[in-house]
Amino acid sequence: MLDDLGALPLFAGLDDAQRRVIGTVALDVHFAAGRRMLFDGQETRAWWLIRSGSVALDTTVPGRGVVTVQTLGAGDVLGWSWFVPAQRWRFGAVTLEPVRALELDGARLRAVCDADPSLGYRLTQGLLEAAVHGLHSTRARLLDLYAQPPDGRRAP
Amino acid sequence: MLPVAYRVVERAAQTRDAATLRLQPDRAPLRRGRPGQFYMLYARGIGEVPISISGIEDDGSLAFTIRDVGAVSRSLHSTRLGALVGVRGPFGIGWDTSSAIGHDLVIVAGGLGLAPLRPLVLELFGHRGDFGVITVIVGARGPSEFLFRDELAAWAAGGDLRVELTVDQPAADWGGPVGFVTDPLARLVLDPATTTAFLCGPEPMMRFCADLLLRDGLPAARVQLSLERNMQCGVGVCGHCQLGPLLVCRDGPVVTYATAGDLVGVREL
Repeated sequence: MLDDLGALPLFAGLDDAQRRVIGTVALDVHFAAGRRMLFDGQETRAWWLIRSGSVALDTTVPGRGVVTVQTLGAGDVLGWSWFVPAQRWRFGAVTLEPVRALELDGARLRAVCDADPSLGYRLTQGLLEAAVHGLHSTRARLLDLYAQPPDGRRAP
Repeated sequence: MLPVAYRVVERAAQTRDAATLRLQPDRAPLRRGRPGQFYMLYARGIGEVPISISGIEDDGSLAFTIRDVGAVSRSLHSTRLGALVGVRGPFGIGWDTSSAIGHDLVIVAGGLGLAPLRPLVLELFGHRGDFGVITVIVGARGPSEFLFRDELAAWAAGGDLRVELTVDQPAADWGGPVGFVTDPLARLVLDPATTTAFLCGPEPMMRFCADLLLRDGLPAARVQLSLERNMQCGVGVCGHCQLGPLLVCRDGPVVTYATAGDLVGVREL
């Protein structure tokens, strides 16, 4: 598990001792394709770091059915809602293919971070980087860059 | 500098507003262009637009993928089989693969940006042994907006390269990835010492991708991008395509991020 954790960018900034501590609150888990991992609105207890496979984040929109908001893959964090009150899933999640992930027990992770603020700080840095990447990608999608230019800015 | 007559011998609709025309010389052909170069296409009585080559055939015919975004492109886009189109070129600098021999290649296309990258990919198939892992990431607004869909499927099935498609906007009939091209790009495990990247799409898209690649340690000189400006003369005389110290028709359209990285983010440049 120690070597495995070191290979994950999120834990690259941690030393061996800190990775060992993370190993005590992490589980290697597998999900079959088509398995619903999260239901929006349910209480959060853990979050996942996807190691392989892909997951669709979705929500139900009246008139449109279940809409995929984003897909996640290897190296992505699944379960950001765990980090913020009211700790309920904002979106659902279903595996699109077999998924291997590291499951992190939320309450225990919080306890080890409280006990070792240096670990908490480094982990937070890694998570913040991942969150900022996600924010940038979402903003890029909002630009709708591949759309037809508006009439006033059309090309020759 | 005068347009040469080419005849439309094939027209394939790609999306609701983009089509690929295959043009054959009516008489003597123009010089054969390289992937990444562009030609000026003339719609008689309407005007001329710069279009990158999307296919270079052995029989001397050229393919251009045109999106209806204005008067000239609308006329070209709707050109019928057998009609004549004026062609000048080839112009500019294309993709540089010679400096990437032995490297892994990352090719990122967004929207219509796949068109100038297609001949590069086709050329790579002919020299597959010269390169390591080749990853092609293609982003589109929605599932129906991908260019060359059949070819993308064939490339993915062929095993010579990794193909990752992603859409910005989900659709009911799409079970594939949803996200911006930077999402699959960020998931790639790259060796920055032996990777070269080729980017084509809207300029912000290329900027975001280049920033990610630089963050991963890729030198800016090994990130190539194709710029789009108001090319008119095609030979660096008229100045309409000036971008700071560059005349894109002459110094581009393919430039490295080392050359253009500081220019593409400047407002109104």
